Amino acid sequence: MLQELGDPALRVIVALTLRVTGSALLIATVIGVPVGALVGLARFPGRRFIALLLYTGMGLPPVVVGLFVYLLLSHGGPMGDLGWLFTPAAMVVAQTVIAFPLVAALTMSAVESVDADLRLQIRALGATRWQLGWTVVREARIGVTAALVAAFGGIISEVGAVMLVGGNIDGQTRVLTTAIVLYARQGEFAVALALGVVLIGLALTANVVLLRLQGRQR
Amino acid sequence: MTPVSQQPMYALRNLRHRYGNRVVLDIPQLDIHCGETLAIVGPSGAGKSTLLRLLQFLEHPSDGHILFDGTSVNWPAPLHAMRRVTTVFQRSVMLDRSVRRNVEFGMALRGRPDAARVDALLRHMGLAPLAAVRATSLSGGEIQRVALARAVMTGAEVLLLDEPAANLDPANVGLVESAIRELQGRGTTLVIVTHNTHEARRLSQRALVLLDGLVVEDGPTGAVFDTPRDPRTRAFLSGDLVC
Repeated sequence: MLQELGDPALRVIVALTLRVTGSALLIATVIGVPVGALVGLARFPGRRFIALLLYTGMGLPPVVVGLFVYLLLSHGGPMGDLGWLFTPAAMVVAQTVIAFPLVAALTMSAVESVDADLRLQIRALGATRWQLGWTVVREARIGVTAALVAAFGGIISEVGAVMLVGGNIDGQTRVLTTAIVLYARQGEFAVALALGVVLIGLALTANVVLLRLQGRQR
Repeated sequence: MTPVSQQPMYALRNLRHRYGNRVVLDIPQLDIHCGETLAIVGPSGAGKSTLLRLLQFLEHPSDGHILFDGTSVNWPAPLHAMRRVTTVFQRSVMLDRSVRRNVEFGMALRGRPDAARVDALLRHMGLAPLAAVRATSLSGGEIQRVALARAVMTGAEVLLLDEPAANLDPANVGLVESAIRELQGRGTTLVIVTHNTHEARRLSQRALVLLDGLVVEDGPTGAVFDTPRDPRTRAFLSGDLVC
């Protein structure tokens, strides 16, 4: 079935899918894990409001995120000068916006579930604030890994936002989900189905890698 | 035991601590001297654990102040002051890593891991065979020993122990008390909260009885337990209900 698509074309689509989703997940992790840990551990005015925003962000419709990023990056938009619209960079931005609240909110929930007595003991053993935060995140690694798995699953399977800001341009911004939509619309259901199997295989492989990393940290 | 210095490690002055409107500690004056072992006894809810949290600088007194080694400690307490003190809590919680990693945790926080010292302490505390075992899977007695070893390994000058031998079998009690005696030999200042007057007699030079947040007895351990001045202390020591 995939022979109709051609091996090089498939490789380009798979590589771009992994590049866009991997970059977005990396950025969302670098920002989202510390933000989630901070909101979960620190007590400051507005903390509950930020937690509410993060939880709400988990349910953001991807197509609305896509529209928001489209308006930001369009020629008349505040970031139009970057020239990112209909490029993989725009797709990374959209996927990062979708992944960030998932990573941050689930990390927050994971660190909050770490035994409060353990936090007290870590402080009593002489930890700085940073050491306390890092140690608690390590103790919450199962929940933090689950956050990354959820975010990865959310963005690799997402289609609305990347279609809007990427444009599904052959060889440039076409990823697995947008290719599936295209072939399904053209009535080439066998190719669409085969691409779906590839997508599920990628998601499975990535989750196996994340879960193995989780086990190795123990 | 090493001689006790007259220099106070802690000087509590006009200390009052409240949770909401409820006063849980009211201590006009209390000195704890360098190198001494002070036992704090009293019924549940008397304020013993709260006092330990104040001495560890995990909480700030509602009123009054604590002088630590001659210096008033502000809030939040500076790291260098917090690192001179450590606590073994009544309910010790292990990090989800090996016994060895737990024991060296305090040293690692200070950036000076010393594998040889860790090995020696693991052997001394009877923990060497468990070094590679995940600490969260240990029994209560083993966890208490790991918690004590973890605290000892920080090298803190003050060790606060909240019921260090509660619920331990005699063999584990022996190991814990042997480690405490070694700390006394090194001149560590020890504050031990206990319900067990026999343990307090064995380990401490001075005892303090807390009732409803007030210090009702303070003196040499033998005198406090043999000839208590306050009738409520006598009632507490004889096992009668204390209100």
